[in-house]
Amino acid sequence: MATVTPPRDTPGTHGTAGVDAPAPAARPSQSPAGRSAPTSSLRDVLGRMDVKLSPYLYIAPFFVLFAVVGLFPLAYTAYVSVHDWHLIGGQGDFVGLQNYTDVLQQPRFFTALRNTFSIFILSAVPQLIAAIAIAAVLDANIRAKTFWRMGVLLPYVVAPVAVALIFSRAFADQSGMVNEILGLVGVEPIRWHADSLASHVAIATMVNFRWTGYNTLILLAAMQAVPRDLYEAAIIDGASRVRTFFSITVPMLRPTLIFVIITMTIGGLQIFDEPRMFDQLGQGGADRQWMTMTMFLYELGWGAQKSFGRASAVAWILFLIIIGIGVLNFVLTRRIASTGSAKGAKH
Amino acid sequence: MARTTTPSLPMVEQIAGKGAARAAARRRDGAGMGANRRPGWVTYALMGLILAISAYPLYYAFLLASSDAQTIAQNPIPSLIPGGNFVENIQRVLASDINFWVAFRNSLIIAVLSAVSVVFFSTLAGFSFSKLRFRGRGPLLVFVIATMAVPTQLGVVPMFIVMAELGWVGQLQAVIVPGLVTAFGVFWMTQYLESALPYELIEAARVDGCSMIRTFWHVAIPASRPAAAMLGLFTFVASWTNFFWPFIVLGPSNPTLPVAVQLLQASYFKDMSLIMAGVVVSTIPLILVFVFVGRQLVSGIMQGAVKG
Repeated sequence: MATVTPPRDTPGTHGTAGVDAPAPAARPSQSPAGRSAPTSSLRDVLGRMDVKLSPYLYIAPFFVLFAVVGLFPLAYTAYVSVHDWHLIGGQGDFVGLQNYTDVLQQPRFFTALRNTFSIFILSAVPQLIAAIAIAAVLDANIRAKTFWRMGVLLPYVVAPVAVALIFSRAFADQSGMVNEILGLVGVEPIRWHADSLASHVAIATMVNFRWTGYNTLILLAAMQAVPRDLYEAAIIDGASRVRTFFSITVPMLRPTLIFVIITMTIGGLQIFDEPRMFDQLGQGGADRQWMTMTMFLYELGWGAQKSFGRASAVAWILFLIIIGIGVLNFVLTRRIASTGSAKGAKH
Repeated sequence: MARTTTPSLPMVEQIAGKGAARAAARRRDGAGMGANRRPGWVTYALMGLILAISAYPLYYAFLLASSDAQTIAQNPIPSLIPGGNFVENIQRVLASDINFWVAFRNSLIIAVLSAVSVVFFSTLAGFSFSKLRFRGRGPLLVFVIATMAVPTQLGVVPMFIVMAELGWVGQLQAVIVPGLVTAFGVFWMTQYLESALPYELIEAARVDGCSMIRTFWHVAIPASRPAAAMLGLFTFVASWTNFFWPFIVLGPSNPTLPVAVQLLQASYFKDMSLIMAGVVVSTIPLILVFVFVGRQLVSGIMQGAVKG
């Protein structure tokens, strides 16, 4: 009946110690008190099965559902991508890599790729800098901490669709608020929707608005985990405030920064909502000047072409790009961590 | 957070020399790095500015929503005092053909169901991963963590094919079922239960003759409550604001709120006050949630950051 499962540390992740030795008071399933001798054997068996099977049973829902709605569709995307496949007509002939070559021959593919990366860089870099700076301000011993923290998080609860509508009005080419303010300081009106780079800036602003506060809080938590005696030592050594920030705070944030950057990359390269809502047509502009990869995927599959085969080819290409960048990220940070000083690599 | 010992200035001078003492004095006067003293007004001014930046766009939406199309066209920078058409504009949104109440009901059903389901399955799996002993636990947990990085959104085409096959296109279960579990949730609950649920409690329950599932129900569930609440909140917000998949699979006849707002933009793009009224009215529920539990969201993000 009572078989106690002994504690064991999780290897991998950041479990506490990592001792992998079998815990002492375990294995031979002791049925401690054989109070009711005849029935206990059946109950013992049931009890042992309970102990053995329950762990798998409890994680099964996640794995089964994730396999069905997460992994299977991704794998099946590869299958669809090598077939003629129409939105309504359904599966057609096997065409090999035809869809890939078709897609790569459309100039829009490269427009979309360029736009996606441009918007990603314009949102990731300023966002990281702003998040670190705001976190540093919040890290001071201010009054009403929770109030200010909630303040920076407020945009997070606004749906991207709503954010996009608000900002595309403010960034309107004619009689928009941003141009009006720029006019007050003598800047010529910017064609936010007509000009490619300007539209990327506007879209990146929406992303930054929604996510900077969220990332600020993550970085703030990491900042507060930095041992305070490090700062004291630096102060005693006469380091300036700026110096302490760049020589202690930033290196200590590195693991968190890597985490944030990876999350940003995965999300940022799939961006759809904000550029989709930047005008009412949702095609990414007349010259597709702000059409992203995911919008291109949507256009191929559900737009005029109705080609699921080509849409899948784009999905797979984007998937490989994301995985590639993830691996690159991993390798680079590993190299930096191993060649760099130990202080940065440790958590 | 608290500083343990702060050496006195003369002491610093004796130990580390004049320069260090001067530096230490400077640090004490100004707002020192993480020192206990309160920062000056500059910090508060900065914070105020940041707060204004994060709140103004919402207020801007409200200002336009309380105005009318002509005023908006004539005044690119809206007056800070709201106009008088807010209620009227909201009524026009509700009366428009975007199915507002259907969208509201759909968003609510989807968000609540996915929050409850994610919390339940994540707690179950988290209990198993953090406290039970079984073969293959390590690799399986690594697998869960790796899947957090998988861009599942890219599987839309086969998902759509499957939903069409099942006859679920345009129906809520097409959005609900894919949102029943998340890898993040499992990871989050595993992390939390690892430290929050003592083995002694499990052992006590087991010695008292509880089966595994009863142990889970009576020991693990109560212990996981704070983390479960946060996970539920995040899932709710993510579900409420989700657009891409509902947009593809539900379509205009049976929308969620973001899809309905997109419809509003597509069909009334000339009437900014109406569109902004739609933005405001679809955002209000989450703002209310935020007012009451924003504190939990903040600490949820910060705890997750330290552990993750």
